[in-house]
Amino acid sequence: MRVNLTVNGRPAHAEGVWEGESLLYVLRERLGLFGTKNACEQGECGSCTVRLDGEPVCACLVAAGQAEGREVETVESLAGAAGLSAVQEAFAEAGAVQCGFCTPGLLMATDALLRREPRPAEAEIREALSGNLCRCTGYEQILSAVRLAAARRAEGAR
Amino acid sequence: MDFLRPATWEEALAAKAAHPEAVPIAGGTDLMVELNFGRRRPACLLDLGRIGELARWHREKGAVRLGAAVPYREIAAALGGPLPALAHAARAVGSPQIRNRGTVGGNLGTASPAGDAHPALLAAGAAVEAASVRGTRLIPVEEFFTGPRRNALAADELIRAVRIDPAGGPQEFAKVGTRNAMVVAVCSFALALDEAGRSVRTGIGSAAPTPRRAREAEEFLAGVLAEGGHWEDRRPPPPSAARRFAELAAAACAPIDDVRGSAAYRRHAVAVLARRTLDRTWTAYRGGERCA
Ligand SMILES: Cc1cc2nc3c(=O)[nH]c(=O)nc-3n(C[C@H](O)[C@H](O)[C@H](O)COP(=O)(O)OP(=O)(O)OC[C@H]3O[C@@H](n4cnc5c(N)ncnc54)[C@H](O)[C@@H]3O)c2cc1C
Ligand code: FES
Ligand code: FES
Repeated sequence: MRVNLTVNGRPAHAEGVWEGESLLYVLRERLGLFGTKNACEQGECGSCTVRLDGEPVCACLVAAGQAEGREVETVESLAGAAGLSAVQEAFAEAGAVQCGFCTPGLLMATDALLRREPRPAEAEIREALSGNLCRCTGYEQILSAVRLAAARRAEGAR
Repeated sequence: MDFLRPATWEEALAAKAAHPEAVPIAGGTDLMVELNFGRRRPACLLDLGRIGELARWHREKGAVRLGAAVPYREIAAALGGPLPALAHAARAVGSPQIRNRGTVGGNLGTASPAGDAHPALLAAGAAVEAASVRGTRLIPVEEFFTGPRRNALAADELIRAVRIDPAGGPQEFAKVGTRNAMVVAVCSFALALDEAGRSVRTGIGSAAPTPRRAREAEEFLAGVLAEGGHWEDRRPPPPSAARRFAELAAAACAPIDDVRGSAAYRRHAVAVLARRTLDRTWTAYRGGERCA
């Protein structure tokens, strides 16, 4: 089947999509957007997190056909003409990126959190990231990165 | 494989009648895992995601009519007042990503003994609105679960909504798992006090082939509360009665040993959760601070 959707603000379409295929497969294998990672395909790791009509979801659990006509934003949407977003810079600076496999999902989860709650409490940060696994960092640097990004955004940095 | 995309509820019912083998997909948080791993290859998927009314809830003759496809995020955010146990269960599901997609209709469709909505729906006395082109029937939730991962839906039926009376008193939901997020319950328990009806209802999750009520425990506690005049003077039931309530809740279980926990642990933990939820609901009933 054919699937038409908006990806990062631009219309996109994929042909020959299998009906049982996931949005994750469409993004990576048909649209060539490899930022969204595929690890578990069962909703456990969060590395495939994208925003679907504004809400963070696991792209591996959305059937491609369910995304028809919807707006999808991937990690590729974060950096602008001016460079990395405040969240991305905070992750790099805080040492929150080691192998980097979990990073796109965590960036998307963090970005969604800070849009909703610019000054999140510690518990809100942990809650917002509870669906994202990292096998490298031990999470402390990730939490620091989120706090740093929140502080920068509060200053109106970018 | 076919992918059907009804735009209205009537179209969905007609599609399900014409293709009884079609598998509905709502949030996809159960079904997509099965597709991704090749555990299921349905001939036809029926996407319920375009039917706006299915993702909404409203009050109808006092009760909440919760559309089958309302995501947990919305239940947790908006329904804590009328449906405290269900809202609490919704908050305990998976992760933000899962709660943004997962639905009570899907939880009921899967009918896992461990589904978090189930104990809350049992304790609240919910009814499942099952519909087909033949008409609509209301199935009391305790009759909905017919076996492990089996439910009472006919091949041409879809879940339209769940009808739940607003809480008539404090309600609690509690779940045991290895961490605070992303866990399938080792066991779970919900308790609802109904002040006007002078009654008590419970729901047990993940400790029997299906979610179920602990009826003897309910009757015992209701008897103690009535005889002791506790509803009127709001004194807590005596510790011996709380213990007996917990024992009867554990006795209602028929658990198995599995990777998440042993049968003995589940029985023990259900007793602990029964006492804890009784303690919390009664503290709330007395108007005191909640311990949670
Ligand atoms: C990482 C992860 C964590 C999870 N954590 C939890 C948890 O903590 N607690 C918990 O209870 N569950 C959990 N789940 C399981 C799942 O999220 C829930 O069961 C959820 O309620 C399923 O809803 P859905 O809309 O996504 O269902 P779907 O996957 O869309 O459907 C599930 C089943 O229900 C059927 N169905 C859906 N809607 C209808 C309808 N309206 N009428 C008839 N049949 C219907 C489908 O055909 C399918 O068989 C988790 C899942 C994942 C992937
Ligand atoms: S790949 Fe989707 S959650 Fe792991
Ligand atoms: S940096 Fe390697 S998984 Fe997180």
